[in-house]
Amino acid sequence: MSIINLLRIAFRALKRNKLRAFLTMLGIIIGVAAVIAMMAIGEGSKQSIRSQLSGMGSNMITIMPQSNEPGGVRLQGSSIQTLKLQDITAIKKLQSKNINGLSPVVSTSGQAIKGGYNWPTTITGVSPDYLNIRQLKLQDGILFSENDVKRFAKVCLLGKTVIDNLFPDGSNPIGQIIRFKNIPFQVIGTLVPKGQSNFGQDQDDIIIAPYTTVQKRITATNYLQSIYASATTEASSDAATTEISNAIRESHRLTAAETDDFQVRTQAELISTISSTSSMLTVLLTAIAGISLFIGGIGIMNIMYVSVTERTREIGLRMSIGARGQDVLMQFLIEAVLISITGGVIGVVLGVSSAYLISYFLNWPILIAESSIVISFVVCAITGVFFGYYPAKKASNLDPIDALRYE
Amino acid sequence: MKQKILDISDLKRDFVMGDQTVRALKGITFDIKSGEFVTIMGSSGSGKTTLLNILGCLDKPSGGSYLLDGVDVKSLNRDELAGLRNTKIGFVFQAYNLLPRTSALENVELPLFYNKTITAEERKERAIKSLESVKLAERFDHTPSQLSGGQQQRVAIARALVNHPVMILADEATGNLDTRTSYEIMALMQELNAEGKTIVFVTHEPDIAAFSTRTIMLRDGKIQKDSINQNQRSAKEALANLPETDDY
Repeated sequence: MSIINLLRIAFRALKRNKLRAFLTMLGIIIGVAAVIAMMAIGEGSKQSIRSQLSGMGSNMITIMPQSNEPGGVRLQGSSIQTLKLQDITAIKKLQSKNINGLSPVVSTSGQAIKGGYNWPTTITGVSPDYLNIRQLKLQDGILFSENDVKRFAKVCLLGKTVIDNLFPDGSNPIGQIIRFKNIPFQVIGTLVPKGQSNFGQDQDDIIIAPYTTVQKRITATNYLQSIYASATTEASSDAATTEISNAIRESHRLTAAETDDFQVRTQAELISTISSTSSMLTVLLTAIAGISLFIGGIGIMNIMYVSVTERTREIGLRMSIGARGQDVLMQFLIEAVLISITGGVIGVVLGVSSAYLISYFLNWPILIAESSIVISFVVCAITGVFFGYYPAKKASNLDPIDALRYE
Repeated sequence: MKQKILDISDLKRDFVMGDQTVRALKGITFDIKSGEFVTIMGSSGSGKTTLLNILGCLDKPSGGSYLLDGVDVKSLNRDELAGLRNTKIGFVFQAYNLLPRTSALENVELPLFYNKTITAEERKERAIKSLESVKLAERFDHTPSQLSGGQQQRVAIARALVNHPVMILADEATGNLDTRTSYEIMALMQELNAEGKTIVFVTHEPDIAAFSTRTIMLRDGKIQKDSINQNQRSAKEALANLPETDDY
């Protein structure tokens, strides 16, 4: 019997029991829709976390001090004074192709004052590279120069939160003088707002000034809290990390036996940690949805059994007029596959549209991967064959004599 | 001499039930030639149904031989038997066994679906011809529920004819019908027989057997009597003689 005829027969059999066919499909529809919607939500949140992290500078490498003395009281990184400007010089000397930005970071908190307004914030002393490394952008004004760094210029850039609190009247801060810990700074630029970070920090509560100015005029220290660097590409960040490590070890004169008195971190690690968490979430959601698909499959098997029993006489008749076992097998198998594939198509449509509805009404990020549609479709077809085969086999093994006389 | 359609010799069929063996057919020998209209009669338990199953290639004999149109049925496997049923036998059942909610035309087409050598147009053409020969051509799009019992049985006969079988095998084909309709069906059978179709009709009603050309009586798994019907009754005349008042 040709496939077209088999499809026609299966289609007609389903049409005879429209409601039952639909209810059977419902299991598959819900399963597939759930798989697609869940994967869309999971992938969407993963993607949005990734893009937020790269917004922080995905090629960013952070070098933090750390104690390498296992004994004694271990201090917090920021109070360890092992990172020095020589380290910067040592890294610069490498002239590595893998590193395209380098900036020391010296920061301290204090009160910023402008006229009658004041605001507790943090001043961060950096080199001009810092803006590129952190992917900060100037909204207005100019960036300080290397020359400003050399001459300890009292200039600064302000983040939006600081501006809002020091200039509540909305006047242009550029060219104005603010004071931080009683040191006057001229505002030469403002930063494009970045909003909250993933961890809830206000990224706009920031004053940026040349590190030399901060070291010499405010903190009066000669060590660095940290060093920020950026790798040329995300791929070269591992190589850059190794080079930086080696350069600092050399400049710190650490012997091979000694462990690092600093730590180098890349953003890639953070990204992979967070994406693996959200991947796990996706897997979990998908697994739950997959279970409902499985239950849908059992529904098909159940209904196919009912159908075979109900149509025993029909099977007997078909056999008596010349249907072979495999004809009957194919007939019921195709019916099962038709149910599951039709259910799959409806499920895909429903899943995609509910994903869009979720993103529209709840503002959740979604990402519908074509692979999720293809996979759930293939799974559907397999479900149909897998759960349809046994009842169909049972039908094909019927004895025509018994089947014809079945009441 | 006419060609032998059926050639049965010493046919036996045993059923093993636990440690007992039931011998349903105990050695039956007869043959049926092309163009005969044979009724097989017998009370229940006589082996009638068992013989019918074997004649219809639904079952295989335990002993003896059965040649259908020259093919030895005993040597065939399940699929080959199905093929034989598809091309050589036209079944007519007591309960019609039409597919519900399926048009008469498609019901008639059904056997041809299982014959790969027949194209879609040929299938339709033959089905319509078949329906014409049972005088139901104008009802081809009716479903069984829209047809009377007699009409349903005529659709079933059309279905039996559509594959151009060497033999029509009817199993109590008038068992569910009233006298008038039974006679109508028998008139149709006689007409087909007159056109040269070989018909084997299983029944337990002597009334029906009178319309055939030959009657085989079974009893206790053996042939009790195999007689040529000298004065075959015409179903058409019987139909005309039925009192009108019976018909309300």
